[in-house]
Amino acid sequence: MQLVLEKRAERSGTIALVSPLIAIGLTIVTMVILFAILGKNPLLALHAYFIAPLTDGYSLQEIAVKATPLVMIAIGLSLCYLANAWNIGAEGQFLIGAVAGSWIAVKTQGTDAGAWVLPAMLILAASAGALYALIPAICKVKFGASEILTSLMLVYVADLFLDYLVRGPWRDPHGFNFPTTAEFDPVATVPLLIEGGRLHLGSIIALLVVAAAVILLGRTIKGFEIRVVGAAPRAARFGGFNADQLIILTFAVSGALAGLAGIIEVAGPVGHLQPGISPGYGFTAIIVAFLGRLNPLGILIAGLFLALTFIGGEQAQIAMKIPLDVTKVFQGILLFYVLACDSLILYRFKLVFPNRQVTRGAG
Amino acid sequence: MQAHQRMLDPTPNGQNSGESPLLRTIGLTKRYGDFLANDSIDIDIWPREIHALLGENGAGKSTLVKAIYGLIQPSAGEIRWQGQRIVLSGPSEARSRGIGMVFQHFSLFDNLTVAENVALGLDGKESFKDMSARLEQVSKTYGLPLDPKREVWQLSVGERQRIEIVRALMQDPKFLILDEPTAVLTPQEADQLFIVLERLKAEGRAILYISHKLEEVKRLCDTATILRGGRKVETCNPRLETAASLARMMVGGEVKEVKAASGRKTTLPRLVVNDLSLAPAEAHGVRLEHISFELKGGEILGIAGVAGNGQDELFAALSGERLSKDPGTVVIEGIAAGHLSITQRRKLGAAFVPEERLGHGTAPRMKLSENALLTGHAASGMVRRGFIDTAATLKTVDRATETFDVRKAKRDPEAASLSGGNLQKFIVGREILRNPAVLVVSQPTWGVDAGAAAVIRQALLDLATAGAAVLVTSQDLDELAEIADRIAVMFHGKLSAPLAASEASREKLGLLMGGSSLEPKEVAHAAGA
Repeated sequence: MQLVLEKRAERSGTIALVSPLIAIGLTIVTMVILFAILGKNPLLALHAYFIAPLTDGYSLQEIAVKATPLVMIAIGLSLCYLANAWNIGAEGQFLIGAVAGSWIAVKTQGTDAGAWVLPAMLILAASAGALYALIPAICKVKFGASEILTSLMLVYVADLFLDYLVRGPWRDPHGFNFPTTAEFDPVATVPLLIEGGRLHLGSIIALLVVAAAVILLGRTIKGFEIRVVGAAPRAARFGGFNADQLIILTFAVSGALAGLAGIIEVAGPVGHLQPGISPGYGFTAIIVAFLGRLNPLGILIAGLFLALTFIGGEQAQIAMKIPLDVTKVFQGILLFYVLACDSLILYRFKLVFPNRQVTRGAG
Repeated sequence: MQAHQRMLDPTPNGQNSGESPLLRTIGLTKRYGDFLANDSIDIDIWPREIHALLGENGAGKSTLVKAIYGLIQPSAGEIRWQGQRIVLSGPSEARSRGIGMVFQHFSLFDNLTVAENVALGLDGKESFKDMSARLEQVSKTYGLPLDPKREVWQLSVGERQRIEIVRALMQDPKFLILDEPTAVLTPQEADQLFIVLERLKAEGRAILYISHKLEEVKRLCDTATILRGGRKVETCNPRLETAASLARMMVGGEVKEVKAASGRKTTLPRLVVNDLSLAPAEAHGVRLEHISFELKGGEILGIAGVAGNGQDELFAALSGERLSKDPGTVVIEGIAAGHLSITQRRKLGAAFVPEERLGHGTAPRMKLSENALLTGHAASGMVRRGFIDTAATLKTVDRATETFDVRKAKRDPEAASLSGGNLQKFIVGREILRNPAVLVVSQPTWGVDAGAAAVIRQALLDLATAGAAVLVTSQDLDELAEIADRIAVMFHGKLSAPLAASEASREKLGLLMGGSSLEPKEVAHAAGA
């Protein structure tokens, strides 16, 4: 008796919907084992991770705040991945966007600059993110350099550049030598949606991005082009679609969205530029994109779910002294299971019994 | 029991009397999920016999021989080899028992030499030197000349097939399976192959010969087993049958004849190719050299040739998947188009059907409506201001379904879920419904069942009658004879002058396909070049 993977005649729509849930289920089982090994009560830990954050208003707002950059970045990444362009460097584009937008905030600090400041910051951040993403895209198209490597390496360049700025030229003179800029002026800050709360305008922008992606992928010829280039490159060329142009385009769009997410994070919840503005949003967004099946609405749900793990991880650390790194382990295991379960969309398991018995009389 | 079976089996060779079948399958069944690829097949192969296995695509021929060669395990039934029941663990066990196979698609490494390729395929432990010597000896004995030191990429398709055959013969098989061996050969090369097969038969070996070319089977084979829809229909002596009666057994009914409208009018040239030369895009690709022809409206030009002689490269250059620096090399509807993209060429009124249905002509995992959009977005009103008109794409699917009898499980399934014939009808229909001025189509009925092939050929004829210029590339000479007005031959990236279909005999075409010229003067010229 052996277990084989058998190809399905047509992709299974049911499994496509259920596979992320199977992956989450498997991840939770793995986590229970991990918690037990760490000597923590698995049930209490799961409660701290997944239930507790949903029970008070503050945490719910915080989930939306964390989901905002994840969803925005993941939407951009999903366009890349659908078109078979592998942007792994959203973290770097996020940081560069934050730096570029902050430049205006820093330069207008304490002046009587008006309401134009925030829109200008958003536009500059998006442009900078796009340009930064174009570096690996152009290297890919012109020289055939692997965009996976170049986009990833540029993350560290952006990280160190930000570090240099806040320790050097942009450091707050009154900041007790901490590596941070001064707190941004109100005109350079993303407005809150609820007075005294945490929810800010960025969440609305993220929802608009999701809506735009739904229309782009479902209704427009450009969206079709993105899907067909990724799904069947030769057929796409036969259709008259240029894969190189699409690599440029999808990288630019995803860089712009990551850059926008970066400045919204800095000018919103954080309020100033400093190292460590991102707990790895650009990388976690990769998981969000795949968990959401590269589908905009799926990404919205997946973004909220992974935001929950960030908040839950903090609560588990406070309440049960579970290290915060366990959250990253959780996210990594989740991506692993998501990709593994995806093979069930095109394949199914089957038990095979070797046919050694005579099935018909010899005579 | 054996004697009874023997009498049912109309093997003409008297010398088999008293022997038992070399190989026999009893109730052989192979099930894939819910699909019965082979349904209880009984077949007897005798020594000194060339046994044809006939059937349309999807009839179960490949499944049956894969089971006999140990590549797949049957779900039920048994295989007997020299009277003994055997369960093959894999092809190497089949080979060690004396069963050899030559596949339709060669498994050769382009960058290795002939001898290296043969060495890789053998299970034995003899030294490379001994093996090379034996290779030369076997190839000489059977009249299959091969230079062991040449690298495979330099060889013609016919020579590559020789490697596969010699490799199989070096294991001294008692039983050799050949899967559509003449599909890639010129008529003359096929004749040479038949001499080799007759000789193998005279040595007492058995041959299972898979084909759908009926004349060939009648000429060569002693016995024919016909499969249809996974079942055995009949075992008969093909020499006592007519091609039509064999075809009826294969198809299970009459095949519709394709009719050309009489008195077709030709108009001005709609597709002109002027001295088109193009370097290959990839290593071991074919360089197109000085290709010129003119195609008028109302006319069908056939391009014959053995696969791999530049047909793919010519298709890419005509479609615009590869661009030419000189705009004048390809002229569509009087407009220089060599530098134009495939979308711009479609806007000029050209339409294209590539050889590969899945992955080139269609995106396999996308719906038919999306695949209608794939080529229709350029010039069919399916896109308005960047937005897709889904109703228009679905309408194309419905019209193609209705006009070309595309059979599918639901209104808008994924392309990959259709059978080869139905998907090809959809692809050809998708292009013809756009009323193209020029249609370039490559291997229109490759791997397609006879019914669908007739529908597609008729559609091409009707399109020409309506005034379009149609260019058909095909390896099937019968197909070209049926529909083309003129036939040219591609060889090593060059295109011969077109012959009128009435003058294009198989012999003439075969010579051109093998690289000879019809005029001695030109042969000398080609040799000097």
